[in-house]
Amino acid sequence: MKYLLMICLALCSSTSYAVIETYEFSAPELEARYQTLVEELRCPKCQNQTIADSNAPISEDLRRRLYQELEAGLSDDEIVAGMVLRYGEFVRYKPARTGVTLWLWWAPWVLLLGGLLLWLGVVLRSRKARVSLGDKQDQIEKLLKDNT
Amino acid sequence: MRRLLLFVPLGLFAALAWFLFKGLSLDPKELPSALIGKQVPAFRATILDSQQPVDQSVFEGEPRLLNVWGTWCPTCVAEHPYLMRLAGQGVRIVGLNYKDTDSKAIAWLGRLGDPYEVVIRDPEGMIGLDLGVYGAPETYVIDAEGVVRYRHVGEVNDRTWNGALGEAYRALLP
Repeated sequence: MKYLLMICLALCSSTSYAVIETYEFSAPELEARYQTLVEELRCPKCQNQTIADSNAPISEDLRRRLYQELEAGLSDDEIVAGMVLRYGEFVRYKPARTGVTLWLWWAPWVLLLGGLLLWLGVVLRSRKARVSLGDKQDQIEKLLKDNT
Repeated sequence: MRRLLLFVPLGLFAALAWFLFKGLSLDPKELPSALIGKQVPAFRATILDSQQPVDQSVFEGEPRLLNVWGTWCPTCVAEHPYLMRLAGQGVRIVGLNYKDTDSKAIAWLGRLGDPYEVVIRDPEGMIGLDLGVYGAPETYVIDAEGVVRYRHVGEVNDRTWNGALGEAYRALLP
């Protein structure tokens, strides 16, 4: 029973809540947007963490700025655009779907399509080969039969 | 023709190997500044020693360096003598005292010398945030119109000053 409880607790524990400070939001809706945005912005210093995960001072500053901007009534797009203006496209964990980043979305499908075509080609060719071999087999058998 | 098709996998491998090889020499820490070619973001702050108000107009008139520093930053200690030398050669340097306390900063400048024309206070790091600073020291080359021309992350020394950083600054001189 004790072990079962331990396993359950281990499974329930969440991966990353490193953030210490909490902000008082004037509306619960703002807090929900804050929670989404901190997961979508990347810490410029500690490159593979979101600003929610990271305790670097720069992430702290970014979170504070995010809080201020949310309270000031900026939209999500305005806030992210502002961050991109300061830190470049790099701060977005979800890159914009424009220009060269379109490849990120299209490349898997292009490769899949290429693979399918290749596979179809191989299958069709081997089938054709088998068919023509079958014809030959018949001819050979016929020849053998005729000559006996 | 058939023969040539056999070389397709080799070609794909070569392309992949080339990309991976290039990846080895890329520095992921080297972020392009989003501010290159743009005006220094507007700010309102005070000057370190006199507490006088200061804004982005401090960058007008002459090409300048903007050096982001703090007493908590070890590399800033390392580059300080070089900044003193540059200031001695007539390079105008504006300091941004980033996330620091005034008393420590003033003591530091008293002890090591003051290469700065003016030092802007940024105790909360909010001007730094608008500049896209993610760690000190950083040095920006700003032209006479207040447009950011180059950003250097890390120490200013002989090598970097003879390299791209110094070149960006010297390109602005008449």
